[in-house]
Amino acid sequence: MEKIYRLLEELHSEYDFAANDGVIEEGVLDSFDIISLVTMIEEEYDVIIDALDIVPENFNSVESIANVIRKSGGVI
Amino acid sequence: MKTIFRGKKITGMLGVLPQTEVKFENEVHNYNFPEQQTLRLKKIMGYEKHRIVKETTASSDFCVFGLKYMLENNLVEKDEIGGIIVVTTTPDYLLPHVSNVIHGECGLANNVICIDTNQGCAAFLHGLMQAFMLLEHVGDKKVILFTVDTLSKKVSVKDRNSYPLIGDAAGIIVVENDPNAKDIHYIMYNDGSRREALIIPAGGSRLASSEETAILRDLDNDGNLRSLDNLKMKGSEVFTFVQAEVPALVDETLHFAGQRKEDIDWFLFHQPNKFMLKKLADKLEIPYEKTPMNIVENFGNPSGASIPINIVHNLGKAVVDNTYQCCLSAFGSGLTWGAMTIELGGMDFCEMLISDY
Repeated sequence: MEKIYRLLEELHSEYDFAANDGVIEEGVLDSFDIISLVTMIEEEYDVIIDALDIVPENFNSVESIANVIRKSGGVI
Repeated sequence: MKTIFRGKKITGMLGVLPQTEVKFENEVHNYNFPEQQTLRLKKIMGYEKHRIVKETTASSDFCVFGLKYMLENNLVEKDEIGGIIVVTTTPDYLLPHVSNVIHGECGLANNVICIDTNQGCAAFLHGLMQAFMLLEHVGDKKVILFTVDTLSKKVSVKDRNSYPLIGDAAGIIVVENDPNAKDIHYIMYNDGSRREALIIPAGGSRLASSEETAILRDLDNDGNLRSLDNLKMKGSEVFTFVQAEVPALVDETLHFAGQRKEDIDWFLFHQPNKFMLKKLADKLEIPYEKTPMNIVENFGNPSGASIPINIVHNLGKAVVDNTYQCCLSAFGSGLTWGAMTIELGGMDFCEMLISDY
């Protein structure tokens, strides 16, 4: 999970995602943030995320992001 | 619609671009987002530079410029032309039609049929369908297809969702009968229930343009400022539409044509952005090298002209000297998505022109 928090903080350094999970649920990630995050995850975890998994519901909490990574074959 | 066009061939192609090239870095300050966050999109989406028309330029200007070039260089003769078809979302006027403007400016004969159609990013496939059908009725004459958009005039410069990727351009395609041409397998789908995924709300008969519709607002609370006169694209919806519908369509088209993915030399798709095209290639399990995705970074997304610009930029003279098995797919407003298999090769010309517009 630490890696996911690090990636999120690279995207939005103004938030402390680790201290406050609820920030993502409040909708700080827009569609371009999600695309950026997908690219960062694919590089970091050496996976390819299925295009149909790139929907806002899969990026609205750290746990849901972790699930997408696991589904793509990544190890959390 | 699922059909086979027989005895039809593309024999020449021009891309026409505006003179002005704008770099993404020089526009970053227009957007209501931190610059670093916006610049991250450069590599991912392929935002590098795009071609934008002058304020005084209309869509017909590109078409007239290109057709006059063809006539002056004997790439086509006036008396060979049986019809001209223009596909655009950005006509010069509501009346007269762009095809009639071209007809008048180029001094074509009165028996040349003129057709305008409104279609967005699927314009090339839509226009080819009409050209192939028209060829049944013009004897041994040729049909000239123009796919042209100057959408920069309809996109807010403060809309980071759309403006960085917009590019203005025209494709001019000569289509003619050839009894030896290989069959063209063609499929086109529509879903009007999702029509508002790409919309320009004002300026038509539903809502006239006014001072009120020209006011820039953050209507979706997403940081992008646009007016009702501007294009609005629901990016996530369009992305999911493309990834859900296009791979299945390409598979269906190849199956219909009795071809395997390995038989295809080039997958020539509409050019929305690099990220979307990479994901499409991943989903289809086709090599990136056979799927050009470099149009947005060089010219912007030229909407209806994207596939001709793709062919001219990436194949160019090679499609004059060689023959390739190609799978084309275009998708966009409507929502509309189509694909076709076609043999491209032995063209008389395939060139890019930079206009002074």
